[in-house]
Amino acid sequence: MAANEITATRLIPQAPHRRLLHGDLGGRILLGILAAMIVVVPVLNLMVPADSPFHVSTYAVTLMGRYLCFALLALALDLVWGYCGILSLGHGAFFALGGYAMGMYLMRQIGDRGVYGDPVLPDFMVFLGWEKLPWFWYGFDHFWFAALMVLAVPGLLGFVFGWLAFRSRVTGVYLSIISQAMTYALMLAFFRNEMGFGGNNGLTDFKDILGFSISAPGTRVALFMASGLALGASYLICRTIVRSRLGRVVTAVRDAEPRTRSLGYRTDRYKLWVWTVSAMLSGLAGALYVPQVGIINPSEFSPLNSIEAVVWVAVGGRGTLYGAALGGALVNYAQTLLTAWLAELWLFVLGALFVAVTLFFPRGLVGLLRRRGDGS
Amino acid sequence: MQRNPGYWRLLVGLLLAVMVCATVHAETDDTAFAEQVAALNARSFDDKADAARAIASSGHPRATTILQALLDSSLYFRVIEGDVVLAEATDDGFALTDPVTGEAAGAATQYEVRRVVINNAIRGEVRDLLARSGLTSDDPSVRREAVRQLLDNPDPAIAEQIGGLIDEEPRADIRRDMALVLGLSRLQSEAAADRLLALDSLRGSLADRVRNEVRTLANDDPDPAVRAEAAQMLAGIEERRELWGFAEQVFFGLSMGSVLMLAAFGLAITFGVMGVINMAHGELIMLGAYTTYVVQQLMPNHIEYSVLVAIPAAFLVAGSFGVAIERGIIRFLYGRPLETLLATFGLSLILQQLVRTVFSPLNRRVSTPDWMAGSIEVNAAFSLTLNRLYVIAFALLVFLGLMAIFKRTTLGLRVRAVSQNRAMARAVGVSSARIDALTFGLGAGVAGLAGVALSQLTNVGPNLGQGYIIDSFLVVVFGGVGNLWGTLVGGLSLGVLNKFLEPQTGAVLAKVLVLVFIILFIQKRPQGLFPQRGRAAAEG
Repeated sequence: MAANEITATRLIPQAPHRRLLHGDLGGRILLGILAAMIVVVPVLNLMVPADSPFHVSTYAVTLMGRYLCFALLALALDLVWGYCGILSLGHGAFFALGGYAMGMYLMRQIGDRGVYGDPVLPDFMVFLGWEKLPWFWYGFDHFWFAALMVLAVPGLLGFVFGWLAFRSRVTGVYLSIISQAMTYALMLAFFRNEMGFGGNNGLTDFKDILGFSISAPGTRVALFMASGLALGASYLICRTIVRSRLGRVVTAVRDAEPRTRSLGYRTDRYKLWVWTVSAMLSGLAGALYVPQVGIINPSEFSPLNSIEAVVWVAVGGRGTLYGAALGGALVNYAQTLLTAWLAELWLFVLGALFVAVTLFFPRGLVGLLRRRGDGS
Repeated sequence: MQRNPGYWRLLVGLLLAVMVCATVHAETDDTAFAEQVAALNARSFDDKADAARAIASSGHPRATTILQALLDSSLYFRVIEGDVVLAEATDDGFALTDPVTGEAAGAATQYEVRRVVINNAIRGEVRDLLARSGLTSDDPSVRREAVRQLLDNPDPAIAEQIGGLIDEEPRADIRRDMALVLGLSRLQSEAAADRLLALDSLRGSLADRVRNEVRTLANDDPDPAVRAEAAQMLAGIEERRELWGFAEQVFFGLSMGSVLMLAAFGLAITFGVMGVINMAHGELIMLGAYTTYVVQQLMPNHIEYSVLVAIPAAFLVAGSFGVAIERGIIRFLYGRPLETLLATFGLSLILQQLVRTVFSPLNRRVSTPDWMAGSIEVNAAFSLTLNRLYVIAFALLVFLGLMAIFKRTTLGLRVRAVSQNRAMARAVGVSSARIDALTFGLGAGVAGLAGVALSQLTNVGPNLGQGYIIDSFLVVVFGGVGNLWGTLVGGLSLGVLNKFLEPQTGAVLAKVLVLVFIILFIQKRPQGLFPQRGRAAAEG
């Protein structure tokens, strides 16, 4: 037994350096940009007068905050796709569940300022004629509980789904389709009024968060900074995971799962671990996203959203973490530009992106930059 | 004859007299009728009702038209002349028709005519009068409609008339309905024995009204014998209705399953045989549906045949798109399933947006040809909708056709050879690239056929295919990859399962439950219902 263990540790080469960001130029640049943004954008928004050319409007701050949330979702997706080889077409479900958990907290904060003025029940429940709050809404008036649920609910769904899927060795395309079916099923379920999540309209009309008005510029800036910090922290977490021994095994699973299994690793457990972490990060992204857009509804579950997130990762460059975050922000920025300019063109562009990235740039933007770097 | 000139003259005279009388009679008939019609413009509602009754009992061929016009509020009177006319609104007033002769009677402005106003009592009475005259019509469809009308709004006075008509009725189905009306009205008889007889005559019917009436009798009838008899009958009716309701659900399930099956066949070929994940499959279905729409726009006068033209057209359109997709994109991605998935998904976005740009994002209606509309009514509780029946038959035909192609043609042989062992197939001279393109084209073409079928059941829109892509993948995975039989059984059983869950849980939750069921099923049998055996399975 002891001999076996020694062999196993020898087979996995130890990380050559202790320093987390050693040799990770892209990651350093990403964190640098993030740090600069977190400092500069609030100053430009709050301190610089509105008529100055350097002023950043609150609208732009919120927009950037949203890009950061998408970047976080892309990061979480890259952790499972880029390093574990699991192509999830259902990460939007985790994102939306985190969003719903946050939305429920924001709903409870409305109190009696709703249209019907009910001190406990949200408007849509009064409208449906419900007498009392359903049990699964209990506790969401406390921020700490909601924050816990933001991680716990997507984590739990990810755990159950992953446990079922990986245990019976559902892999590759099958897993992709089942994960898509999962988010599709959730979308259909959340569209029902009886579910108690506002049905078609979802949760909206939020008033304040932690006692601060949700539409105030100061709150917006704070949310932006929180998103930036969350992205930075998540990057470091993912980087730690990827560089740890566990991360090495996960990469081995990606490259040759049967071989890793033959070496004695319980590959399903490694995959489940990474998958659950990724689901929780996605939930965090959703929770930060909802207060910034002011609404969460079942269309967030739509399979298109999840698959769009996959294309962000592909465009940025899978298996690099920072590339995925970059792709998440850039593709969404392009979408904002294009939909404002020529709304009909966007789907053509998005579709073409899918085709072009897979056919011509399989390593994404990061791959392009690296090739140029090597060439010169 | 010559010996009796008197008789001769008498005969001629009589004949002439009869003829003159007849004409005079006809004339007086028309004038009398005209008077009755004019009487509709009376001051009191009572007089108007009298006039309507007189018109109905006149037996004049125009009577029903006029009464119908009265109901439809298209009967007017001229303010100055005071006579009654049929009026139809035009751009600048009304076009008038003489009610008695049916000839055009000029035009009038909106100030020159006023509507003949009636109240609800008259309205009800006129409706009954119409029903009664409908019962004696020569046209069987009018008679059937009239009897149906009576089944919905019973009227004891008319029901008794039916007692006299029932034996003369040549059509069996109308006779059956008439017997129902009669039986239902006799359920109200005073004597308990009559009610029992009426109950007996209603035995075997499953109609809603019969059940309701029998239930009322079972609960409230003063006579215990009638109550017992009614209760026993009610139990029988409920039991049989349940049975037929079950049959109906199976039928709905099969029809839904056959749609799923059609949508999944193409996928069973591209995914099952070639191993290519084609996320644009739903859009190929949509292209088939739009082809049906375009064909119908091109031949607006021959809607009946348009579907028959659309079937090969949709196959060719979707098929050639398929070949283009295979040659342009997929062939560079063989062996990289996840990349194929992404690229074809991008393609589906492009195709959707293309259709939105060309045809507008609004849904288009494809009209169903007459021979596919309507339904076969087995009894009051169970009827088969014809278009669904045709879709089931079409799905089975496609299945047989595909089986024949795969098992009996050289193309099928080569497709199977390439999918089982590409290198060996190439070694014996099969051009695998050509076979790949053809196989993919075949799968795409079958998707187009599914689009034709779908266009007959729902509206055609850019998102039509999206709803089916996940379902059809699930059917293929559930049934077992690379197996047409699996797709057949998988599609039909998922459809039936869905329809049986629906009444208990609602349509949406039923779908969710089916999804969960499949996810759990794949846990148990990752290879589906009909797993592939042998070498191909080991490699996959």
